[in-house]
Amino acid sequence: MTTTREFGVVGKPLARVDAVTKVTGRAIYADDMLLPRTLHCRILRSPHPHARILSIDTSAARRIPGVQAVITGADLPIKFGILPVTQDERALEHEKVRYVGDPIAAVAAIEEEIAAAAIDAISVEYEVLDPVMSIEDALAAPRDERIQDYGGPNNIHKLVALEFGDVDAGFERADHIREDVFFFQGNTHLPMEQHSAIATYVDGRITLWSSTQVVHYVHRALAKVLELPMNRIRVIGAAHGGGFGGKTDPFAHEIIVCKLAMMTGRPVKCTLTREEVFYAHRGRHPVLMWVRTGATRDGQITAMHFRTALDGGAYGSYGVASTFYTGALQTVTYDIPAYRFEGCRVFTNKPPCGPKRGHGTPQPRFALELNLEKISHELGIDPVDLKQRNFVKPMTRTVNWLRVTSCGLDECTERVMTASNYRRRERRPGHGMGFAISSYLSGAGTAIYWNDMPHSEVQIKVDRGGVTAYCGAMDIGQGSDSVLAMIVAEELGLQPADVRLVTADTDTTPIDLGSYSSRVTFMAGNAAIEAARKMRGMVVEAAAAKMGCDTSAVEVRGGRIGDFTFEEASVLAEARFGTLTSAGSYTPPKLAGPYKGSGVGPSPAYSYSACVVDLDADARTGLVHVNKIWIAHDVGRAINPLLVEGQVEGSVYMGLGEALMEEQAFRKGLHKWPSMLEYKSPTFVDMPEVETFIVETDDPEGPYGAKEAGQGPLLPVPPAVCSAVYDALGVWIDEVPVTPEKIVEALRRKEKGEPGRFGPTRFPAIPYPPTIKVEPPPRDLPSAAPAAI
Amino acid sequence: MLRLPRFKYLRPKTATEAARMAAEFGPRAMFVAGGTDLFPKLKRRQFEVEALIGLDFLPRQIHGGSTDCVVDAGVTLAAASSDNHLIESFAGYAEASGQVSSPPLRNAGTVGGNLCVDTRCNYYDMTYEWRKAAGFCMKKDGDICLVAPSSPRCWAVSSSDTAPMAIALDGVVSLTGPDGERELPVSALYRDDGMDYMAKQPTEVITSLRLPADSATRTAYVKLRRRGSIDFPIAGAAVALQFEGDTVMRCRIVLSAVASYPLEATAAEEFLKGRKVDAETIRETADIAAKPAKPLDNADLSHFWRKRMVRVVVEQALQRATTRNQGSTVKLLGRQPD
Amino acid sequence: MKQEVLREVQRVVLNLDVNGERAELLLPVHKTLLEVLREDMQLTGTKHGCELGECGTCTVLVDGRPELSCLLLPIQLEGRAITTVEGLASGSELHPLQQAFAETGAAQCGYCTPGILLAAKSLLESNARPSRDEIREALAGNLCRCTGYAKILDAIELAAGRMA
Repeated sequence: MTTTREFGVVGKPLARVDAVTKVTGRAIYADDMLLPRTLHCRILRSPHPHARILSIDTSAARRIPGVQAVITGADLPIKFGILPVTQDERALEHEKVRYVGDPIAAVAAIEEEIAAAAIDAISVEYEVLDPVMSIEDALAAPRDERIQDYGGPNNIHKLVALEFGDVDAGFERADHIREDVFFFQGNTHLPMEQHSAIATYVDGRITLWSSTQVVHYVHRALAKVLELPMNRIRVIGAAHGGGFGGKTDPFAHEIIVCKLAMMTGRPVKCTLTREEVFYAHRGRHPVLMWVRTGATRDGQITAMHFRTALDGGAYGSYGVASTFYTGALQTVTYDIPAYRFEGCRVFTNKPPCGPKRGHGTPQPRFALELNLEKISHELGIDPVDLKQRNFVKPMTRTVNWLRVTSCGLDECTERVMTASNYRRRERRPGHGMGFAISSYLSGAGTAIYWNDMPHSEVQIKVDRGGVTAYCGAMDIGQGSDSVLAMIVAEELGLQPADVRLVTADTDTTPIDLGSYSSRVTFMAGNAAIEAARKMRGMVVEAAAAKMGCDTSAVEVRGGRIGDFTFEEASVLAEARFGTLTSAGSYTPPKLAGPYKGSGVGPSPAYSYSACVVDLDADARTGLVHVNKIWIAHDVGRAINPLLVEGQVEGSVYMGLGEALMEEQAFRKGLHKWPSMLEYKSPTFVDMPEVETFIVETDDPEGPYGAKEAGQGPLLPVPPAVCSAVYDALGVWIDEVPVTPEKIVEALRRKEKGEPGRFGPTRFPAIPYPPTIKVEPPPRDLPSAAPAAI
Repeated sequence: MLRLPRFKYLRPKTATEAARMAAEFGPRAMFVAGGTDLFPKLKRRQFEVEALIGLDFLPRQIHGGSTDCVVDAGVTLAAASSDNHLIESFAGYAEASGQVSSPPLRNAGTVGGNLCVDTRCNYYDMTYEWRKAAGFCMKKDGDICLVAPSSPRCWAVSSSDTAPMAIALDGVVSLTGPDGERELPVSALYRDDGMDYMAKQPTEVITSLRLPADSATRTAYVKLRRRGSIDFPIAGAAVALQFEGDTVMRCRIVLSAVASYPLEATAAEEFLKGRKVDAETIRETADIAAKPAKPLDNADLSHFWRKRMVRVVVEQALQRATTRNQGSTVKLLGRQPD
Repeated sequence: MKQEVLREVQRVVLNLDVNGERAELLLPVHKTLLEVLREDMQLTGTKHGCELGECGTCTVLVDGRPELSCLLLPIQLEGRAITTVEGLASGSELHPLQQAFAETGAAQCGYCTPGILLAAKSLLESNARPSRDEIREALAGNLCRCTGYAKILDAIELAAGRMA
């Protein structure tokens, strides 16, 4: 789909299509909706991290005037979960609770304050069980009982062991081998909008408006738990106040409001409190990592062995995928000829972890980049040089069968090196600069549930000048609606404002799997191109017939189709063809390698980023002051550079927050600080200037060559911060967040003659299964035919 | 969303009337001025009241001049931080007012309110549901201290930015009670008790803060917090110095957020008096000042590090007071502009 | 158990001036301005992120200065001019700040946008050409999780330039 033609709207920094509704306060978010007779729902949550429920008494709650319905787990016993293999959640638990915040009962009342009081009037009798609060704890035999009744041994959820190529031989070939242990603390999405959902039930049909990233998966979960056919359920994505992966699971409150609406015959709304948002979580997994890398004297990587242990929290969520992701993408930036990955996810009595921006990959990226930094220091090679020597080449296949098409790593590196003056940086005490790279998927190559259907579908309707595009894609603020409008406009020679959009409504729009894995521009974009080109074909054919010329002579641009305005041409086309509709869809190529677990990692294209962080760090206090960040991102092609920059800058922001302060911490079984005051999210005055470079590599399969921008640029920031701290003070902080106390402690150790570092010292013994050995593919792409499992 | 509990709102016209209402209701009522501390705590059910007594009648003037400066208790922190007279004559106080929380809260929060701000603890400043799950603490609904379970007392932390500065400046508050008015030095306004942290009568309304005029006084307030905005202090130092030539004649050093009350570093003050200020003296003074600070594990970041940082904030405050606008200090925070 | 819902509600008739329109409302005194705007006046442009004064999302202007509507009682606001995001545009014509936010991509999910627009409006009224650091300081009470703040700074500078 590569094209060299001149674009009409693609590449232009246009305002978002929803900009005016948002800046005027007229975008309707789920909590803004108040349908007539709406009841308000609040949820009772577990005060214990681990307990069996002996009894639930709701009678006092039911007696409170204004309470219309009270439900417990007995009313919603069917289990659900985002992944087919881990259907382990209930909307309300009536047997066992597994974290503080686990939902137990729900109330619908005429006022929210009445619902809140009623919740407090429900009495629950518990048999308190010993909580499991750490990875070490979860690996050991449970003192009471296991958190979940699957997985194992002990509280292990998932184990994986894969080897690609001959790793032992690779280490033998190495002149230098280095092992490191790292820890990436968990953190959460903290969208500004608290999750909210409102449901109505009329004439046997449920309609749910929700702040979700995945209307389709919510649709499926509702059908399962409510035992209704999908055609009786309509899920509509309301205007979305921020997701970052935090609204990518079907959630208890979404199911609960539907059930309560069915029971009461009235609309029911539930908006989570900020504290509940911390419990809903599904955020970044805390991951302990061990990495062993072999390299030649000149810095060429010969082999890598990577181990991860993920603290998954109490439920599966995306955890199986997250586990594989901690081992999947190491190979798409560096050419690793032999690679072994052993991953483990454990259950703990904490809110479940899941996908946060970068899903499972920022943690290993952190470890990988720092491990290579340390190797380069030991080999006496500049870290940037060493990394560059190992960059993957475009149009290759990695040792673990991932297909790399376009790759702008070299150009990204060059851009940030030049702009930051990294190589000639000022050397003064306490000043440091750090460099790191990363890569991310442009959409997962496989759906969450195995099927052969397209991942994204777009329909276009044209009637007498009006153009409407329909797509299930959910705009979560990243601008996917704008991208759709621009693509349809581009193909029809119009402006985005000429295109009306209907999105994220399961009744009226064809399927798009949702806003996760950075898939929407690539997948919905390609579907939109296909649909729009079919539509263009019809209007062009009608115009050509009237003009008496060949279709190739009909120019489509500037609102005109050949000799006609678009409206005139559409009238001609409707007369000629009848109703003008077209459809397009996108199914990613079958890319998975020939091994179990190969479904996680493949993507039709990978984005690439390079980043330099400049900071001052104070040896006495450990305080870090970030001066500036340079980031270059290979987005393939920027369909809208304004939106791409916004995604890149937002990613850098979130990465910096994770690097320096954000932390989902627990104490005595409880989330230590489920509030926006104590969960530290950088403010305006904590954020340095960010200089962004967009690199365009024109991906062969992306829409107009485009790839993702919303997640990858987060990844290099934490390791670049740690490298810069080392550059400034000579100590390694091998875990995030990099708080001042850790820097001070590392410096103290260094002064005492101990290793100048702060971080985990050991990786626990994990009963990994026997390693599955996978033959690597031929490395050049043309001879590397994709293989299905 | 989190909502306020039901309460009555009383609207007295004078401080005396307000005090009498407070006497009538006892602990079932509280005063409210800006509400920035009170309302979150009501929403989290840390306070339970039947009635709020609105202090909306409080005047909002800053009476500067050649004599003492009197700041009405209803003056907002934003107004105090940008008032030219305060900036010129009581720079440290303006500075402290300007570092409370965030801009929109400073537009609502008042001078009187910030002197009364409740002591804080991250086992206490949580929602009702969280505290119920954690087990209630003695400051509200429970009977033990979760930070120091063997302790008979509450260790919640004094978290006012302006109180230490007002003490360092020998500030005096005017109080109106049901039966009359009185003045009280700000230094006598607090108790070393996380629960019963104020020494004034609960019925007494703070109506103004008087800062004695002395143009020779050099002041500064340095605040430590994780982010450049929003956060409460996790350590802080207020200093006021008077010189004769190069020699320090008078000296007040008061610490914030390291005890249940604004902690005056008296030994450090004694040490500094009669000395000339140089880098070495500042270092030694700060070392002495930090000694009595006992941060506990109930605020942001580790208490070991906070303890270590007390020295740094005192040093910086001393440097800032002596070389205002000349000294170069370590940036305590991300990108906080000077 | 929380008994407060069994308590009597004190209701008062209040005259509020919101966006230049006067409204007479019978309100429970314990209802915050945030709730009244959104639930009693259908002014849902004002959003909320914590209801505890920790995020700045619900910022409105009171007599031209940004305050948090989640921590304000309407009974304290009689005679004060309240401005919400709905009061920024003149008819269908966007305020220069709104225009600049739209053009520069300063609103992504848009949820913090109303509060930030109002804080920015207040800033520009007291300081027509603020430096980037002055903008940062003025907006330091408003969190945004999408933008990294960069485009918001650009937008405010653009609007300031146009308004000057």
